[in-house]
Amino acid sequence: MSEFRERIEAAIPALRRYARALTRDAETADDIVQDTLVRALRSEHLFHGGDMRAWLYTILTNLNRNRLRTLARRPVVTPIKDTDATASGPDSGGRDIVRALEMLTEEQRSALLLVVLESLTYREVSEVQGVPIGTVMSRLARARNEIKSYLDGERPALRRVK
Amino acid sequence: MADRDHVSEEELNAYVDNELPADRRSIVEAWLATHPDDAARVAAWRQQAELLCQRYGHLEYETPPARFDLDRLARRRYGGLAAIAATIAAFLLGAAAGWTVHGLEIQKPSDLARFTTDALVAYRLYTVEVRHPVEVPGEERPHLVQWLSKRVGSPLNPPELDKQGLKLVGGRLLPGPTGPSAFFMYETSSGERFTLYCGQVNDGETALRYTTGGQNAAYYWVDRNLAYVLSGPMETVKLKEIAQAAYDQIDRRTPPRG
Repeated sequence: MSEFRERIEAAIPALRRYARALTRDAETADDIVQDTLVRALRSEHLFHGGDMRAWLYTILTNLNRNRLRTLARRPVVTPIKDTDATASGPDSGGRDIVRALEMLTEEQRSALLLVVLESLTYREVSEVQGVPIGTVMSRLARARNEIKSYLDGERPALRRVK
Repeated sequence: MADRDHVSEEELNAYVDNELPADRRSIVEAWLATHPDDAARVAAWRQQAELLCQRYGHLEYETPPARFDLDRLARRRYGGLAAIAATIAAFLLGAAAGWTVHGLEIQKPSDLARFTTDALVAYRLYTVEVRHPVEVPGEERPHLVQWLSKRVGSPLNPPELDKQGLKLVGGRLLPGPTGPSAFFMYETSSGERFTLYCGQVNDGETALRYTTGGQNAAYYWVDRNLAYVLSGPMETVKLKEIAQAAYDQIDRRTPPRG
């Protein structure tokens, strides 16, 4: 196997993790990962070194954006079911954070997951998303505040009394 | 005057993400010691990260299923979403055509406005295509250019955008508001797509103009009775750079009026 393919292969587990959290649906996530891999293989001649992982995250993020655009234009929208969380049983903490992710816009979710789950730097995320670092930072701040108020609202016992 | 010791929300985030320079780190730590509300927020954000890692972290240690075998995927060359995307695109083609006709009946905007709308519809329609984004691939550029020039009725020359990191995927012929239009698709190495739509209009020449539609945006202009619309994702900082490069090349190539 070529070095190029070996490097792609090494990234598959992380891509699956990011895709799963991004789509909250195991099947959709693996479909996107597969399309990402196919596209990466097809674009081997376009890859001139550099950060393979960030490149793959960029492809995946773009494919997911295209997918959502297609869904948005469909007259009958089928809600994406959170099959994954239900299947994993009585893990209410997990379910909470999954629901909380749904409160975010696609860009906020992607920024937060790339930083928190995938350990990308702000600079790398700004390249993946094609926006200035300042935009990445405000997406992150908004994402965290959204999630916090959602989680706080779900657990009234934890809400501070003023 | 900004207080040097004041800590902004963005800095708190950067602190959590280890993105602060060392000197600011200690200032933030001192701040958190005296601002329990902010300290509680930082703790909550860290807990969010913890929950996310607990929820999704296991995937990093799972053996990927056999469908991700790269040698097999390299032979197949297309993915699971491709078929779905193709089906949806076929449906949308009908919807888009209907919508355009609908628009024409209700109001009569300028050729250029209709042209720009059509270009954005085409952009949304074809950039999601994995298997069949174009009719003629970019590798057959001479044939592609000759064919589309003939159908549009004017010599075309799609710009070279390699310097901007774009490769010509190819092109196709599309119906436009005033006749046949040419549609060229470009792609970055990470799969981000930009399209150039062009055809004849009767409006006068214009400089670069900007418009948005949904998640996408376009720059458009008219040069020698040919209208051009360069469309791409709205978020990217690249769109303007690419449009400017395309505009400059086309402008330079156009022979002076005689």
